[in-house]
Amino acid sequence: MTTLFINRLSKTNQFLFGLLLLILVATVCYTVSGFIGYKVVGFILLITVSLLAMVLDIVPIICTAAISALVWNFFFIPPKFTFHIGNTEDAILFAMYFVVAIVSAVLTFKIRQIEKIAQQQQQKEDTVKLYNTLLNSLSHELRTPIAAIIGATDNLQSGNAKLTPLNRNELVAEIAKASFRLNQQVENLLNMSRLESGFIQPKNDWCDISEVVYEVVQRLEENNVAQKISISINPAIPLFKLDKGMLEQIIYNILNNAAQYTNTNCTINISAACHADMLEIIIEDNGKGFPPEEIKNVFNKFYRLKNTSTGGTGLGLSIVKGFTEAMGGNVDLQNVETGGAKFVINIVAETSYLKNLKNE
Amino acid sequence: MSNKAAILIIDDEVQMRKLLQITLESNDYTITEAATAKDGMIMAANHPPDLILLDLGLPDEDGHSVLKKLREWFTNPIIILSVQSSEEDIIKALDNGANDYLVKPFRTGELLARIRSAIRGIFTEENNPIIINGDLQIDLANRVVKKNEELLKLTSTEYTLLALFAKNEGKVLTHQYLLREVWGPGYINQSQYLRVFIAQLRKKIETDANRPAFIVTESGVGYRFATKE
Repeated sequence: MTTLFINRLSKTNQFLFGLLLLILVATVCYTVSGFIGYKVVGFILLITVSLLAMVLDIVPIICTAAISALVWNFFFIPPKFTFHIGNTEDAILFAMYFVVAIVSAVLTFKIRQIEKIAQQQQQKEDTVKLYNTLLNSLSHELRTPIAAIIGATDNLQSGNAKLTPLNRNELVAEIAKASFRLNQQVENLLNMSRLESGFIQPKNDWCDISEVVYEVVQRLEENNVAQKISISINPAIPLFKLDKGMLEQIIYNILNNAAQYTNTNCTINISAACHADMLEIIIEDNGKGFPPEEIKNVFNKFYRLKNTSTGGTGLGLSIVKGFTEAMGGNVDLQNVETGGAKFVINIVAETSYLKNLKNE
Repeated sequence: MSNKAAILIIDDEVQMRKLLQITLESNDYTITEAATAKDGMIMAANHPPDLILLDLGLPDEDGHSVLKKLREWFTNPIIILSVQSSEEDIIKALDNGANDYLVKPFRTGELLARIRSAIRGIFTEENNPIIINGDLQIDLANRVVKKNEELLKLTSTEYTLLALFAKNEGKVLTHQYLLREVWGPGYINQSQYLRVFIAQLRKKIETDANRPAFIVTESGVGYRFATKE
């Protein structure tokens, strides 16, 4: 069931809307009352009330129904312009009108309520499904590193004499790797819950784009990324007023994604440019790209490409989308003809060319 | 330093204290530990340490108020450890007199480097007009800066900024603090000035301005003049 604009009106306004329509219909009926009898008018008014019942709330519709009965009585049932009813047949008709109008109003409202409950049920089921996906994905992505840590420490603590120093080093390295993975997942989850809370407000301040990009790349390089990352940014690019933390996370997640899912001998290019007051960041790799039929889904929460190796929760790119949109921008993904994926981020923001002014 | 520097750890997590104790003792520091704010403040008063590692999330009292109370009399460095990565929280702690902060989880190397530079700060504060950091030499008395023995041409604002960093080596300086100290109280919201001058200063003093080693960005908080070892 779609929400009509009228459902968002206050009850008083809904009532006024009902009344207005009623008056309109009654006026039309009145002008043609020479051609149609008052009993037909009664049916027309009844239809009007039934139609209104499909959109109005319970109190406004009952009031409208009651008023329609009075309008019918006053203006149409002879003798006109009195609430007095001349004969018994009309009195019975009026009473029946009154009851039918109100019953149909109430019943229609009830049906709508049931529909609404069914709809909520459906939504709830969808949410449960989403959470199950989340739990499956999370329990796997969190438990794998935890299992690695527990297993490695157990081995180290066992005092097994057969463990060579090399084995020991490897176990410690496994613990370190697993902890970083855990930390990364927690970071993503926290960011996701920030986005989900709906209260996310970018804290805009002047950003030196090349500083942001170089810092993120350095952070990745410290994690021993195998791929070569090349940066090209015009030194004359202005300062942009953006949320630096969000921008860092956006770039980090895309680069990290590229680093995880492309071959180690691939190259990742990142470039930033300013078009009027729009910041454009392009991150392109020469890996295999995304399966075309799955591109539309990659920004969805918890979506993971089919047949991908473990290591992600399907949160990284949805955070990219969430943060970009929170700053009023958009992100687009395409495959490059020569192979590889190309992410384009566009954000319109205030710029400052103060940077290019002469020093003092 | 002939004596071992004494460090007081105030953190309620047993695991964290254990880890810090092992890390620090194996690096020649002597350690005292407190699990609550109350114990911590008593210990700090009885045997004032050379440095305090303070966790912000203590069970009996808010870490910010502990920091304020300590700062009423304790002048040695305080480094904040926190799981809170919110920038407001960090800025608040720095404004309340913390020398530095580390967000958990942090790397051991990073912790040791921060402790070293904070403790070094105590000993270099005695009116030393020449500050040497790596290949950079800053002569505060003559307002002369040299890199690799070569004279650097700095504008007056650039010099003021660099001197401020050098006098607070290792310490995180917030954007607002820098703007107020260098440009004046009317400029604390003009962060673009800071961005511009930091970029210019880096071009002059850093070997690679895109990968700065001296003026390190503390995202969302400020900048730190890192000690080159």
